[in-house]
Amino acid sequence: MAKTEEEAVGRRKFLKGAAAATASIVGQGRVVGAQQPPADDHEHQTVPSDIALRVRALESVLVEKEMVDPAELDALIDVYENKIGPRNGARVVARAWVDPAYKARLLADATEAIAELGYGGDEGDHMVVVENEPKVHNLVVCTLCSCYPWPTLGLPPVWYKSAGYRAQAVIDPRGVLREFDLELAADVDVRVWDSTADIRYLVLPERPAGTANMTEEQLAEIVTRDSMIGVAKVASAQAGGGA
Amino acid sequence: MNSIHDMGGMAGMGPIEPEPDEPVFHQAWERRVFALSMTISLGRSFRFELENIPAADYLRMSYYERWFTILVNGVLRNNLATPAELESGEADPNLPRPAPPLASTGASPESERPGVPVSPLFRPQQRVRARNIHARGHIRLPRYTRGKRGTVIRDHGIFALQDTAEDGQRLGDRPQHVYTVQFSARELWGDRGVARDTVYVDLWEDYLEPA
Repeated sequence: MAKTEEEAVGRRKFLKGAAAATASIVGQGRVVGAQQPPADDHEHQTVPSDIALRVRALESVLVEKEMVDPAELDALIDVYENKIGPRNGARVVARAWVDPAYKARLLADATEAIAELGYGGDEGDHMVVVENEPKVHNLVVCTLCSCYPWPTLGLPPVWYKSAGYRAQAVIDPRGVLREFDLELAADVDVRVWDSTADIRYLVLPERPAGTANMTEEQLAEIVTRDSMIGVAKVASAQAGGGA
Repeated sequence: MNSIHDMGGMAGMGPIEPEPDEPVFHQAWERRVFALSMTISLGRSFRFELENIPAADYLRMSYYERWFTILVNGVLRNNLATPAELESGEADPNLPRPAPPLASTGASPESERPGVPVSPLFRPQQRVRARNIHARGHIRLPRYTRGKRGTVIRDHGIFALQDTAEDGQRLGDRPQHVYTVQFSARELWGDRGVARDTVYVDLWEDYLEPA
């Protein structure tokens, strides 16, 4: 990714004339010491963790100083938690599968073609769609950070942002795909897209066999997020769903 | 900068663990950190701030813990709040109010695609080499490409450079073409690479030289 989500943050607004020495609380061990909870722990946490309290304190102070509006924060969260996500990308893929003219436009100018379905904005202003074929498999990564096409896929999953994926996807994509239970034949070209700049990538997966009678809406149901990142193929309808 | 974030090709960085039916946010505080980060402006490059987190801390922290760290550092650096206020969660009534931040819905002050015509130095199908740059600030040239030869396959047009100096201040738009450069896996990884495989990296013109 070029401008990652982080970059979008950074460029959103600059405080004019902000200077001053870096004051860091990292060194005081509070944030640093915050452990990553076990994956199954977060659902059952009843006592607020240290970082939860610290985030609440930060927000309270900023609200009190009228630096932020909590309603605006709520609205933003609602958008990314409930309104934008991989169902958007799935609709793009399904349209491309049923409409050759749309597919041609999508591959020629993805940003415009995706906008036809109403999707665009932060982290999706410069889209490129890469097509999987029987002998070509595309995989998307952001080795430097977490760049990801928000308008079509939502916010990235933890594994996409993980050090293991970022480190390995470029040097051993076939090994990474095996970790997703996808074994590619030796005669398939693997193309890895490291989104380092402002362009964001979406994989157009292959339409699976046995879907000739499905409607566009039904097809959208079987397109998974992982297939649009390139770590999975789209399974036939009965095996669809999931990530 | 050559810090831990630039991890393409490294070993020992841990497993890849897909989570079935993963929620967008795992904990309530992550929602707030995300939204706060998207809303308030703290100057300097967010990416620079991330990359400035010491390596051991970077690897230990979760994704949104890093964001929170940057938020707190930025709030303190910009004198938007004091450590005591962040400790107590209450604004000190005796301190002057900071100037209100720029409107959160405002347009980006930086242009991703400056409206400045700049001729491209390279063209599709041209062979190029990624320059051997070891910047002290933020840069979008992954270490694993430096010195490697590839082929320009696409010119994406003119974009603002996102790089910073070592103090985190942006170097300025410096409008220039961004290209997708195709590298063979063998060029990047030697015998570890599969001969038919390729890696595509989007690179600003400043990062490239004719090969």
